[in-house]
Amino acid sequence: MSRDIGDVILDVNNISLRFGGVKALSDISFDVREHEIRAIIGPNGAGKSSMLNCINGVYTPQQGQITFRGQTFSHMDSHQVAVMGVARTFQNLALFKGMSVLDNIMTGRNLRMKSNLFMQAIRLGPAEREEIAHRKRVEEIIDFLEIQPYRKTPVGQLPYGLQKRVDLGRALALEPQVLLLDEPMAGMNVEEKQDMCRFILDVNDEFGTTVVLIEHDMGVVMDISDRVVVLDYGKKIGDGTPDEVRNNPEVISAYLGTGH
Amino acid sequence: MNTTFPRLLQNHAQSRPGDDALREKEYGIWQPMSWAALYTQVNHMAHGFHLAGLARGDHVVVVGANRPRLYAAMLAVQALGGVPIPLYQDAVATEYVFPINNAEVRFAVVENQEQVDKLLDIQPDCASLTHVYYDDPRGLRNYKQAGLFSLDALVHEGENAAAQAPGFLSAQIDACQPDDVAAMFFTSGTTGNPKGVVHTHRSLLDRAQAGADFDHLTNREEVLAYMPLAWIGQNIFSYAQWLCCGYVVNCPESAETITIDLKEVGPTYYFAPPRVFEGLLTNVMIRMEDASPLKRRLFHFFMDVARTYGPKRMDGEAIGLWGRLLYGVGDLLIYGPLRNNLGFSRVRVGYTAGEAIGPDLFTFYRAIGINLKQLYGSTETAVFVCLQPDNQARADTVGVPCAGVEIKVADNGEILVKSAGLLKGYFKNPEATAEVLTADGWYHTSDAGFLDAHGHLKIIDRVKDVGRIQGGSNDGAMFAPKYVENKLKFFQYIKEAVAYGDGRDKVCVMLNIDFDAVGNWAERRNLPYAGYTDLAQKAEVYQLVLDCVEKVNADLAADQLLAGSQISRFLVLHKELDADDGELTRTNKVRRGFIADKYGVLVTALYEGKTQQFIETAVKFEDGRSGSVSATLKLMDATTFAPVGQAA
Repeated sequence: MSRDIGDVILDVNNISLRFGGVKALSDISFDVREHEIRAIIGPNGAGKSSMLNCINGVYTPQQGQITFRGQTFSHMDSHQVAVMGVARTFQNLALFKGMSVLDNIMTGRNLRMKSNLFMQAIRLGPAEREEIAHRKRVEEIIDFLEIQPYRKTPVGQLPYGLQKRVDLGRALALEPQVLLLDEPMAGMNVEEKQDMCRFILDVNDEFGTTVVLIEHDMGVVMDISDRVVVLDYGKKIGDGTPDEVRNNPEVISAYLGTGH
Repeated sequence: MNTTFPRLLQNHAQSRPGDDALREKEYGIWQPMSWAALYTQVNHMAHGFHLAGLARGDHVVVVGANRPRLYAAMLAVQALGGVPIPLYQDAVATEYVFPINNAEVRFAVVENQEQVDKLLDIQPDCASLTHVYYDDPRGLRNYKQAGLFSLDALVHEGENAAAQAPGFLSAQIDACQPDDVAAMFFTSGTTGNPKGVVHTHRSLLDRAQAGADFDHLTNREEVLAYMPLAWIGQNIFSYAQWLCCGYVVNCPESAETITIDLKEVGPTYYFAPPRVFEGLLTNVMIRMEDASPLKRRLFHFFMDVARTYGPKRMDGEAIGLWGRLLYGVGDLLIYGPLRNNLGFSRVRVGYTAGEAIGPDLFTFYRAIGINLKQLYGSTETAVFVCLQPDNQARADTVGVPCAGVEIKVADNGEILVKSAGLLKGYFKNPEATAEVLTADGWYHTSDAGFLDAHGHLKIIDRVKDVGRIQGGSNDGAMFAPKYVENKLKFFQYIKEAVAYGDGRDKVCVMLNIDFDAVGNWAERRNLPYAGYTDLAQKAEVYQLVLDCVEKVNADLAADQLLAGSQISRFLVLHKELDADDGELTRTNKVRRGFIADKYGVLVTALYEGKTQQFIETAVKFEDGRSGSVSATLKLMDATTFAPVGQAA
């Protein structure tokens, strides 16, 4: 691939997170470069989702800083994170099941709407023009994710794999610079996984979006990521290219167990 | 017609520049393109191709779905005296090798990354192919292969060149003569390499015009283009007749949105192979089963009314007051909404072509007030040979010869055709041409059939497939496999059938159940199943299929000619026959010989009278991987009936 990986866009320094006596993350540091696909992997309970939640401002770590585009924060505010251009998808989906695909993705545009609720309600000229502009962008996303047949279908009626795609669409509607994907391929069959891989690669390729993804499926991760962080029991045990990680003895023992 | 495709385009662009020529649904909106805009795009593309070195007589492969820019590209190629060769977009890459090498193709215009990947795969085997143009750049940003260009770039270069040489396209179009080759279609060929069928501007446009005259088509028709362009049917309906009549061709958003797009467009002129009509009907029936009991009863009551009066009404026969009243109420409550739901509210003329259509299926559509008709033709005859007039549509005939066609039946039952729409010949294949085209201008269709008492043509089967039963109780009886298979396929539960009997003592068939229809049937009966293979071997399913087979036998018994073709034994195959495994042609016709070889053990077991047989088969998945399916199949006997009219 010829896309140019740029400078560090997101730098995570010495993050520790505790829930009472449970150490979810201890002293984690890694960086994400612009335009790359960065994976966070690890066995169940390794702290992957917690890590994403720290970046995204859902959790506040007790220690450490996160630097995003040169600005350093000791804790991120979820609204502010979104304004800065970080979007995410959720492991268990967070869609409005009764709303159509179109409307769900439209909610992703909320942050970029200037007209207020009142103007939208009475369809004031500027509000309508704005909606048309946003609809155009949403249609581009629908086209990009190839979900045209389901435009008007309530999300709750779609199969799981497609719901995941809508979730991705809603995140893309934010036009993010960094996309955080929480297990985008969990619960999918092989074909759906391949489709999802293609969409992630295409997002990265077409829009230059930096992708940070958590994934269980090692095969998928190794195929599509540029660099991988490995967590185990809240500690970082590996960091590097897929090949380096694959040959790291600590990673092997975490995944396959050690011989005694 | 004494004109050419590009000249027709020029006429439309000059006489009605602002009218819509094409519409494509993109980003949720139907985006129109006027004749003037199309002409401009063709002009730019023609300049671009000219700069790239496209010469008169060059062949250009076109692969992709119905996209406005692919249409424009074909017109640009034709304007320069080139010959477009549309190929099936769902074919595997290796199937393109022969056409490309056969016609020494240098240029290809394709739709998207998928097609680009296929052509790049086979490029080492196709030395002549040097220029590949793609329409949709998605995913192709980082392809650095030499000879790969975007249509955007081509149009852009052409635009600059067009500004320098304004008269270029007109001069090129003037140089193009009606008897020049206009297009080439590769027939899917059940054996050996495909053959390139060469057509001139005159032959294609003559037939397109004859069809348009027959049905009084105007420039106000709306057509939805969704079948492959490589199929001559699609090419005639949405390309040749489009330019002849100047109506609007609508390109769907994607292959999956066709039913939605159909509703939005509301075509006035519609055509599809029977399987599309079948799919729509199956859908309606499945959804009706889920409706509330009141609605369901209303539906079934009025469908019976429709079957009684609908066809008569379509044929212009007198109906009593009571019938008219009942049908009127039905139209208000059921037929109208149903037509609207199917997207057929505005259909003035509808055709089914490509294969025989089941009588029930055919009657259903005519009964609810859709003017569905049949036609007969082939790639070699530029489609239109026989057409059914509006008031004389029958399920078992294919209509009367249309203007400019002469038909005669040879001694062996073969139908011979003479018209201005016949192929010029097979490309680089004079032997094959000589086999089908006699010196005095008769084309041998290789279909067996006859003209009935009303002058309507009736097709039985392919001449070479019509065989004789040898030995057994029906010794010497005529056997027409396709006739038998079609009768079976007319049942909604049976998807494919392959019949054997020529040179044997009885007729045996191998079947594919329709997974959707039977699956649904099974669910309603609380019959659990794990997948196609499992469902196919259920005893209940065999009983269901046996019913269908015996109904066919009863039906055949009444046929004087084919009473001996009744089915003695059958089995349901463990996997669906698939074009990717070479069992079907790209147009979904069964390749009987190939299947007999591949499933030899099964055929033997059928004739040896075994009651079950183990088989293991390799399959190719859509992503190119292969695997295998195995199962122990049940073989079953079916009751046959004494021919009607003879002592039982």
